[in-house]
Amino acid sequence: MIEGKSQSRFEGTERYIATGDLGMAVNAAVTLARPLLIKGEPGTGKTQLAIEVATALGRPLFEWHVKSTSKAQQGLYEYDAVSRLRDSQLGDPRVADISHYIVRGKLWEAFESEVQPVLLIDEIDKADIEFPNDLLRELDRMEFYVYETRELIKARHRPIIIITSNNEKELPDAFLRRCFFHYIRFPDQDTMSRIVEVHYPNLKRELLAEALGAFYKVRETPGLKKKPSTSELLDWIKLLLAEDIPPEALRSDDPKKAIPPLYGALLKNEQDVHLFEQLVFLNRRVR
Amino acid sequence: MLVRFFFDLRTAGVPVSLTEFLSLLQALEARVASCSAEEFYWLARLALVKDERHFDRFDRVFAQHFEGAERLFEKIIAEVPADWLKQLAERVLSEEERRKIEALGSWDKLLDTLRQRLAEQKERHEGGSKWIGTGGTSPFGSGGYNPEGVRIGDAGKRQRRAVKVWESREYRNFDDQREIGTRNLKVALRRLRKFARQGAADELDLGGTIDATARNAGWLDLKLRPERRNTIKVLLLLDVGGSMDDHVRVCEELFSAARSEFRHLEYFYFHNFIYEGLWKDNRRRHTERTSTLQMLRTFNADYRVIFVGDATMSPYEIVQPGGSVEHWNEEAGSAWMQRIAAHFPYLVWLNPEPEERWDWTPSIRLTQELVVGRMFPLTLDGLDRATAALRRKQVTP
Repeated sequence: MIEGKSQSRFEGTERYIATGDLGMAVNAAVTLARPLLIKGEPGTGKTQLAIEVATALGRPLFEWHVKSTSKAQQGLYEYDAVSRLRDSQLGDPRVADISHYIVRGKLWEAFESEVQPVLLIDEIDKADIEFPNDLLRELDRMEFYVYETRELIKARHRPIIIITSNNEKELPDAFLRRCFFHYIRFPDQDTMSRIVEVHYPNLKRELLAEALGAFYKVRETPGLKKKPSTSELLDWIKLLLAEDIPPEALRSDDPKKAIPPLYGALLKNEQDVHLFEQLVFLNRRVR
Repeated sequence: MLVRFFFDLRTAGVPVSLTEFLSLLQALEARVASCSAEEFYWLARLALVKDERHFDRFDRVFAQHFEGAERLFEKIIAEVPADWLKQLAERVLSEEERRKIEALGSWDKLLDTLRQRLAEQKERHEGGSKWIGTGGTSPFGSGGYNPEGVRIGDAGKRQRRAVKVWESREYRNFDDQREIGTRNLKVALRRLRKFARQGAADELDLGGTIDATARNAGWLDLKLRPERRNTIKVLLLLDVGGSMDDHVRVCEELFSAARSEFRHLEYFYFHNFIYEGLWKDNRRRHTERTSTLQMLRTFNADYRVIFVGDATMSPYEIVQPGGSVEHWNEEAGSAWMQRIAAHFPYLVWLNPEPEERWDWTPSIRLTQELVVGRMFPLTLDGLDRATAALRRKQVTP
């Protein structure tokens, strides 16, 4: 019974801490076969979620990374007219069969999977505003029609669909109505220390406490353009470990060392670094 | 009970549709959530709310609606049959933990203590403390542990108090009545884009080429077409100085967002209200002026005109000749405004003052009439409505 549980329910993995509400979101989406739309600050593990769900449930993963030039049709299939044209001019016999020139997209591949797959549609907001609308029927009925060969492609198993968005464009209502929606909240300190522990199990407790303290302090700096997030924290800790920095160096009560070492991993643009340095400088003068 | 909740959400401005409500019921039927208020909250939010900007409104309605609902779950649990409890315990416990408990005693003993504990708990509740809120002595909600003192489930995961999740209103900042940043502004302005192909044909038209080649019996016939460009032209008219000083930051953000978003962007400044002259450089406003008539002649009617100003002044500054606080104006501001509104069919006024205050300021009401109701607050939501309005021609008064 326990084994059965670990395969059908998602509760995070060894490398991924899922909070209760996230686990619930995934399980609800799996149970009801609805696409799950995930939003959240950059670096909170939206894309990673799909990978971890696939690993945890033991399903194949299909990743469709959307770009600003992506068309919904590319996920279904593409008709490679140019090769066919070339082949026809060279007199290739393959040219008679149009199906040789139908290139399958990620959605088609996922539909053909032998077991129920996980399909990640990454950064759906990067594409054109109409992109999600063009996928409505495909996501609803899990089928589409190939006009060139006149065949109907139906999903063998409804894939578990995980869609991520960075909020650059609003998604159409008709699309949203078909999805479950979950917003990954920025983890609190408890969750964060568990996340770090999962990634660096041998981290010294004092270093972790000091690093988290310094990290949340940087995050709370008012007016930052890009707040550091989980993935930046993990990078930073990796650097701290690589440089073998002692926990005392992170203690910010010492005014001379108020700027955390290697802060370049946390702050990603020069205005933020500048702002942070200024604030630290002001603090020092007050003392 | 849930139907009322559904309508309350709609009244509170969370756009919930019947499809979403039905899928929540479906999820409840499929037992996705177990018997805890917190899980029900997560599930309801997952199914009903599709935008984090509405989380705060949802939280408020939820808190109001399910005040005391935790007690409902409590009642249900007090009446659960034993095998149900056992099933639940099996589901919640990992194998390792189960072995630990078995080492301590039998399942029956565990269940006995469990039920006994439940009874005690009920009595204690009548004393006034909440089921999930304080002690967390229940084995089912958050923070539960079993009678022998072994934690059930993942301890860290459930430490947050269930009731508090929606009461803490963590999503307040996402509500779209908030102030706006450059990036959000750009996204909102982007909706104004209108693409068209103009100019020299220098891009390969693949579809057209294939089509033409097919018609040409298979011999290549290349087709070219002009590149796709954003053809929207924007004219920004900004109020500066005086009462606008409070809103400098948000205006700057709007300006910089608009600047990078449109290729054809023109701007002028005015003070308080629009009269016969405008200027481009605030430091030389008295020497280098452009006459408003010239501005009207220069820019044709497809320019989208966006006024930014608080429109807060004495009504005389709008309706009276000579009403301006800075100089003697031959014609009243309202006459100039009417002229502009007649020339530009696509026109909006963005007002940084909060919308609730508009009705209390006569000059804002006057301006509202002059722009035919196309005044919007300078918030994300207002900008959305403004861009939508800018896509339609205004009905002439």
